[in-house]
Amino acid sequence: MEAIVQQFFNLGIMERALPLILAGLEQTIVICLLVIPLGLIGGLTFAIISLSRLRIVRWPAMAGIDFFRAIPPLVLLIFIYAGLPFAGFRPSPMLAVAIAFFLNTSSYYGEIYRAGIESVGQGQWDAARSTGLYGYQTLAYVVLPQAVRNVLPDLVSNTVEVVKLTSIASVVALPELLYSADMARSVTFNSSPIVLAAAIYLVMLWPIVRLISRLERRVAA
Amino acid sequence: MEAWSRFLDTFFNWEVIERYFPAIMKGVVVTIEIAAAVVVTGTLLGLALAIVRTFRLLAVNALIVVFVDMLRALPPLVLVLLVYFGLPNIGINLPSFAVLWLVLALVLAAFAEEIFWAGILSIPKGQWEAARCTGLGFLGTLVYVVLPQAIRLTVPPLTNRTIAITKNTALGTVIGVGEILNQATTAQSFSGNATPLMMGAIAYVILFIPVVVLGRFLETRFAWRRV
Repeated sequence: MEAIVQQFFNLGIMERALPLILAGLEQTIVICLLVIPLGLIGGLTFAIISLSRLRIVRWPAMAGIDFFRAIPPLVLLIFIYAGLPFAGFRPSPMLAVAIAFFLNTSSYYGEIYRAGIESVGQGQWDAARSTGLYGYQTLAYVVLPQAVRNVLPDLVSNTVEVVKLTSIASVVALPELLYSADMARSVTFNSSPIVLAAAIYLVMLWPIVRLISRLERRVAA
Repeated sequence: MEAWSRFLDTFFNWEVIERYFPAIMKGVVVTIEIAAAVVVTGTLLGLALAIVRTFRLLAVNALIVVFVDMLRALPPLVLVLLVYFGLPNIGINLPSFAVLWLVLALVLAAFAEEIFWAGILSIPKGQWEAARCTGLGFLGTLVYVVLPQAIRLTVPPLTNRTIAITKNTALGTVIGVGEILNQATTAQSFSGNATPLMMGAIAYVILFIPVVVLGRFLETRFAWRRV
């Protein structure tokens, strides 16, 4: 018991690691503010393209979505960070993270938007068009608001996944929350900094996870 | 032309492909082994937890909810590092393969429990009552009437979640599990060439595209929620 407290809940070590970990938290928030809007916008774009009536446009978009959903994000990130320099393009860790996350999260958000748009009945399109709205106006004012409402739990739950996923940026030495905690761990030979980081993730995400459970149950019922 | 051949030389170098093909294949085997172990143990544990939850024992259910929520809110990489570096210091030594398996199976169990539980809740009360009226006991009702219907509903969300978590086997590279990504990065640093990374990426696509397509098929086939 004593050993567990010493090793995982050592308040002295946590206190010393705190400034470093808070700086990491700041980086994590910066990454989130960068990649979540990028993914939401990219996903919407992918979804609209993949619903196009033109096969030549639709198929590459769907293939792209499937391709980037099949590749683990860490593989994508390492490929961009460690592979592209061989081709003469040397992205900074932040740029590599932004590109990898854009490709990965856009595909996931894209699938969700697509399911949402498909869940809105054809009658809605027809009715909106017959009132004189253009196609893009129908999409923006009639279909999307309903589509987003239908898939809101999935959008929120995917956003939680994106926030959790930012932890893989530590692998390319971007000093975010987990990277800072792991630095502190390797200096102190003690796991308490990682427990502290875990606690911070929990404080950020637990309320949202609870909310998702309730949203999902309401829709399912 | 010059640039094209340099591109091929960097990302599709035949000599490098030949030399590191066996290593990447070894990684593929390890990835499949871990993925299979995680899927089987994770879903079974998740189902077991969901069944325990139907008994509605207050204290036990509170524990299950806390366990599930924590594993859903924590990034898997945090758990991997915590278990891998933390346990040896309190005298528990697990090989990195076991650490990855343990963490991913627990994460999958948490998500699976939530999905199975939502499936069980979505079965109307009348089904329970009718089954009990025919003389089936609580467990009989659960096993023969409720679960068969509930599990059908859980197929699409569970498939998609399982795919997402199986892809996390790539996290094993951080603690030195010899899966695809680990073999690829090792080969890349030995050969000084990006081809092994390309091979690793292609291996993942070949492994996972079929399951991603299957997941989408199941989603339209068993459409959940929207009735």
